[in-house]
Amino acid sequence: MVNLEVNIAGIILKNPVTTASGTFGFGEEFADFIDISKLGAIFVKGITLHNREGNDYPRMAETASGMLNAVGLQNKGIDYFINTIYPSIKNLGTEIIPNINGSVVEEYIEVAEKLNDVDGINALELNISCPNVKEGGMAFGVNCPAAIAVTSAVREVFHKPIIVKLSPNVTDITEIAKVVEGAGADAVSLVNTFLGMAIDANTKKPILSTVTGGLSGPAIKPIALRMVWQVYNAVKIPVVGIGGIMNATDAIEFMLAGATAIQVGTANFIDPQVSVKIIEGIEDYCQKNGISNASDLVGGLIL
Amino acid sequence: MKRVQDFRVKHYRRLNSDNYILTLSSDSDVEIVKPGNFAEIKIPDTPDVFLRRPISILDVDHNANTISFYIKAVGKGTRKLGTLAINSVVNIVYPLGNSFTINKQKNVLLVGGGSGIAPFILLANKLKNENTAITFLIGARSKGDVFLTDEFSKYGNVLITTEDGSFGEKGLVTQHSVFTDSFNFDHIYTCGPDPMMKAVAKIANKKYINCEASLENMMACGIGACLCCVTPTIAGNKCVCTEGPVFNTKELKW
Ligand SMILES: Cc1cc2nc3c(=O)[nH]c(=O)nc-3n(C[C@H](O)[C@H](O)[C@H](O)COP(=O)(O)OP(=O)(O)OC[C@H]3O[C@@H](n4cnc5c(N)ncnc54)[C@H](O)[C@@H]3O)c2cc1C
Ligand SMILES: Cc1cc2nc3c(=O)[nH]c(=O)nc-3n(C[C@H](O)[C@H](O)[C@H](O)COP(=O)(O)O)c2cc1C
Ligand code: FES
Repeated sequence: MVNLEVNIAGIILKNPVTTASGTFGFGEEFADFIDISKLGAIFVKGITLHNREGNDYPRMAETASGMLNAVGLQNKGIDYFINTIYPSIKNLGTEIIPNINGSVVEEYIEVAEKLNDVDGINALELNISCPNVKEGGMAFGVNCPAAIAVTSAVREVFHKPIIVKLSPNVTDITEIAKVVEGAGADAVSLVNTFLGMAIDANTKKPILSTVTGGLSGPAIKPIALRMVWQVYNAVKIPVVGIGGIMNATDAIEFMLAGATAIQVGTANFIDPQVSVKIIEGIEDYCQKNGISNASDLVGGLIL
Repeated sequence: MKRVQDFRVKHYRRLNSDNYILTLSSDSDVEIVKPGNFAEIKIPDTPDVFLRRPISILDVDHNANTISFYIKAVGKGTRKLGTLAINSVVNIVYPLGNSFTINKQKNVLLVGGGSGIAPFILLANKLKNENTAITFLIGARSKGDVFLTDEFSKYGNVLITTEDGSFGEKGLVTQHSVFTDSFNFDHIYTCGPDPMMKAVAKIANKKYINCEASLENMMACGIGACLCCVTPTIAGNKCVCTEGPVFNTKELKW
């Protein structure tokens, strides 16, 4: 028997495999395909204080081994999440972790305050890295003073673990990781999408309504892996690895680079059952290699 | 229930160099599908096609465990799907999306263009069971682009327009003589290029006729998880893959 449990800032996940915000809806969308309760956690779709319609269509462009998206945080707001969505997903049998967003610090604070009192919500993911909104979003994640300001403000009002989601669109991701650690983050998750662009040569127009969008999928995996390794070596808090994970081998590579848990994102679109296959694959790998605790993989890179 | 299922290529029916009907078969049961439902097809052995492709379900046969699709090759994915070896495995996620409203209508018009004619076989089949009178109006560029009319004529009257006048009436579907003041359809279903559907919806609106359109927005997941496929409606952005692809045109911000 392999023990798959991992510990992220005091929260015990039944295994290291979670699903990435914005790629798994609110979980129920996948209930026909997998047993949701097998997942380590679900990071649900990004939530803001008020209803947001998101960006105009087209919001998606396929790229080599990946895709660009420009959804722009379409959601019905935090009250709708707490009153309508959460009651129907809280019994899915897995950890539900909200991903919160704002255009100003006060908005993050208000959302976090509302989540503080929700029974069953044991952590939140603070998204300071959305590249698809005009105000706020990634702006908080690409400079140190802004990252400190939002992290410490949310720290003051939210009394459970905070996982800060980092943007890869920076010169040195370890700098941001270190300052959010200092500002009270209990863990970091990385990476969000890379700012990219697609053009239709025939029409000479951008494909996305927003011109630029966020790149995800296997195209970003090597860069994401490098960043996870760098951040693992720079901070003491746990790292959640994200970026182009398509199978168990990819997930294991992220754990070896230093990720305590991983998020599966775009891969859910290609195979709605992939998350559970990754859990099985990690268990298999551990069994074959005589590893009794999956957490022993974390940072196990041999140099 | 939605499902991920492996099928095998059973048969191709070539309609012309770019259009074909692909029939897949399975060892296990085929899910019940409704008119308007689609499948997300994984394109095999094509690394440069990363995402699945949404394709309407043309027909299913629950005795033979087959499912078929009418496909117009427009790019790398739809071209590759037309060149697979018999018996090769094709993985699909289906049945997805909502379906057309069938509500004891007496006399309906189905307006299609391009690959938009695909959902009409299942739809006509259901309508026939309700004893609804069906008229098809199919628009194409030219005679060589008009397909499936033999199948449609089993269910009702088939009208054609071609842009070059080589078959049926000359012009666009909305210029067809069926749209005269005397017509008495109580429901219009339309599927095809956006400009065509918008023009049809405009006529329907003017004549106070219920009209449903099936949209073909670009999709990443097809199951409501990514919010990439939205269309603006009077109630805000809606997901074409789960709240559609069929919309009452009065809902749409056209
Ligand atoms: C619900 C739904 C049902 C559909 N049903 C059918 C069907 O029954 N038969 C059929 O042949 N096609 C259908 N389509 C359209 C089909 O999905 C696209 O033609 C296909 O995804 C193109 O993939 P490709 O790899 O061949 O083209 P690509 O190489 O990706 O692109 C080639 C060209 O096709 C255009 N294109 C790409 N995706 C779409 C799209 N979703 N809609 C329209 N144009 C697109 C691109 O802009 C580009 O110009 C449907 C689409 C949807 C959303
Ligand atoms: C369609 C789409 C929507 C996304 N929405 C969000 C979001 O709301 N909040 C967020 O923090 N990240 C969002 N992301 C980023 C993912 O959570 C993830 O960080 C990124 O896609 C990289 O992982 P991947 O390569 O496995 O997809 C989104 C990604 C995609 C593709
Ligand atoms: S395609 Fe993902 S939500 Fe519709």
